[in-house]
Amino acid sequence: MSASAANPPEQSTTDGAALLEVRNVAKRFGALDVLKNISLNIASGEFLTLLGESGSGKTTLLRLIAGFEQPSAGEIWMVGERLDILPPYKRRVNTVFQNYALFPHLSARDNVAFGLRVKNTPASEISGRVEEALGMVKMQGFAAARPCKLSGGQQQRIALARALVNRPQLLLLDEPLSALDANLRKQMQSELKSLQREIGITFLFVTHDQEEAMALSDRIALLRDGALEQVAPPREIYAHPATAYTAQFIGQTNLLRGEIRGSIATCGALRWPLEETDGPVIFSLRPEAIRICADGKRQTNEVKCRGSIRQQLYGGSSELLEVDCGSGQTLRVRIPACGPLTGEHEFIFSLADAVRVQE
Amino acid sequence: MTANSSTRRAPFLALYATLVFGFIYLPIVVLILYSFNRDGVGGFPPRHLTLNWYAQLFADSAIWDSVLNSLIVAAGSVLLALTLGLLAALALDRADFPGKALFRRLVLLPLILPGIITGLSLLMFAVFAGMPLSLFTVFLGHGTALISVATTELFAGLQKMDRAQEEASLDLGATPWQTFWRITLPNLKLSLIAAGLLIFTLSTDEIAVTFFLIGRDNTLPLEIWGRLRRGITPEINAVSTLIFAVSVGLIVIWYHLRARSLGGRSQELLETPGESS
Repeated sequence: MSASAANPPEQSTTDGAALLEVRNVAKRFGALDVLKNISLNIASGEFLTLLGESGSGKTTLLRLIAGFEQPSAGEIWMVGERLDILPPYKRRVNTVFQNYALFPHLSARDNVAFGLRVKNTPASEISGRVEEALGMVKMQGFAAARPCKLSGGQQQRIALARALVNRPQLLLLDEPLSALDANLRKQMQSELKSLQREIGITFLFVTHDQEEAMALSDRIALLRDGALEQVAPPREIYAHPATAYTAQFIGQTNLLRGEIRGSIATCGALRWPLEETDGPVIFSLRPEAIRICADGKRQTNEVKCRGSIRQQLYGGSSELLEVDCGSGQTLRVRIPACGPLTGEHEFIFSLADAVRVQE
Repeated sequence: MTANSSTRRAPFLALYATLVFGFIYLPIVVLILYSFNRDGVGGFPPRHLTLNWYAQLFADSAIWDSVLNSLIVAAGSVLLALTLGLLAALALDRADFPGKALFRRLVLLPLILPGIITGLSLLMFAVFAGMPLSLFTVFLGHGTALISVATTELFAGLQKMDRAQEEASLDLGATPWQTFWRITLPNLKLSLIAAGLLIFTLSTDEIAVTFFLIGRDNTLPLEIWGRLRRGITPEINAVSTLIFAVSVGLIVIWYHLRARSLGGRSQELLETPGESS
């Protein structure tokens, strides 16, 4: 079940330059185990995303690192210093809150200057750094405005500038884009990514949107019910999901359940040779790995099957087909847009694309 | 349909409303009119208008001493009630402690207790404590009895406040103390002003508690009451008119601030019991 153990290579690659180490952290609220024995390293300069459904514990982990909650067990370390025993205001960590939490009684400029003021930074230095931070998020023109006069996207930028002006070692972002509409969100994703590259600050980003996680992250840590399901770079987690849950959560997939017996894998109507020990098995097969076999030819490392098209969903550049392969097996197939299709066709996929996953 | 029936009922409703409002406000109108009547409280309708009674009032040092006493007591009560009320509201909003529900009710109890009970118990306390009755005991009485008003107002303000703001402040490196002064208090500004105005008004026209705790120096309501026993003089009408004007002004300000700070939320339990003290 704990697939973090199934993926030790990713963990060890970052050990050398770990900025933040979460060591066996657990968090209980009453009888509720919100986080169960989480261990996670974040490398300096990395963009790491905590991905998970609501209630998976991702925000709780963020709040533990920010210092708003105390771990029930385990420790958090940052560059050789124990973090979890420090109050939030002594941590070199800043947060961009989900609803921004801007101070309504202060102008945008004073919001950004807040962190410097409370630490008694000289006034001459404050004005320079505030202007610089406002410039980073392209908000110099709105410095005098109160938050209530700003749009959601502008408030978002001020919240970002307010955190960045303190030059934190680690920036925590709690679903910062979830309140924006789709177009603005795409634009902010792109700006966020380039900003992070430019300033080189480590980002720990929380989201429930797997597309957002894939687009932005160097690595994704997928949380499920308070435990780490898998930690890996986006391409790897997509291509080699460790578990059925990961395969389904990240992108779309066909989960093929079946068994291996006598070096033959059988999943419903599909069967192919496989040199593995006998027993039940699950494969993840991405819809785009399956194509229509026009000429009927099959290589030795490919699997072919006949199926009738039950449904065709047009998606602009591609079509998503629901294919009935008989024996109650349905495959989802994504092919380039090709016009309406009906009736029976032959479908084919490479064995290498059927990735064996754990339950 | 509904429009039809409501127009049929309207004449009765209008009559009823006129009678009720007349009953409440006519005496005040009469009082204000007679404060300008040359012939004092006698003679209807008032014929010769004059400002004489106001001139006489402004020359009356006993009245002005009592006004000053009332202002001192009210200002002190505002400070005392707001300080203790803010602490109580913070405890109710943030802390979890055994007996919290009981504490909440106890804090709000003075709102519904008859003034005579509050006054009598405070008097007994003063006597046991060996405290001579004076403006100071009145100030203590008002200040403590009105903590409930401050608590209700400030608790509503705290409930409305976005706690993430305080977390953001801590996150940005502000200590809890800095956070309180720079974030929490400014957010409560409207609630503080609204509660302060209300406490000020309630304290200045308080009689029951004051009556038990007063020493030699009178507050304005007690001064007026004392004079009334010797008959109504037009000067009393004049001073009452001034009090009425100031009260209306303060209440209007209070109402606007409260509407702004609550953002249109319901007025909660303050509305009715506030009258009783």
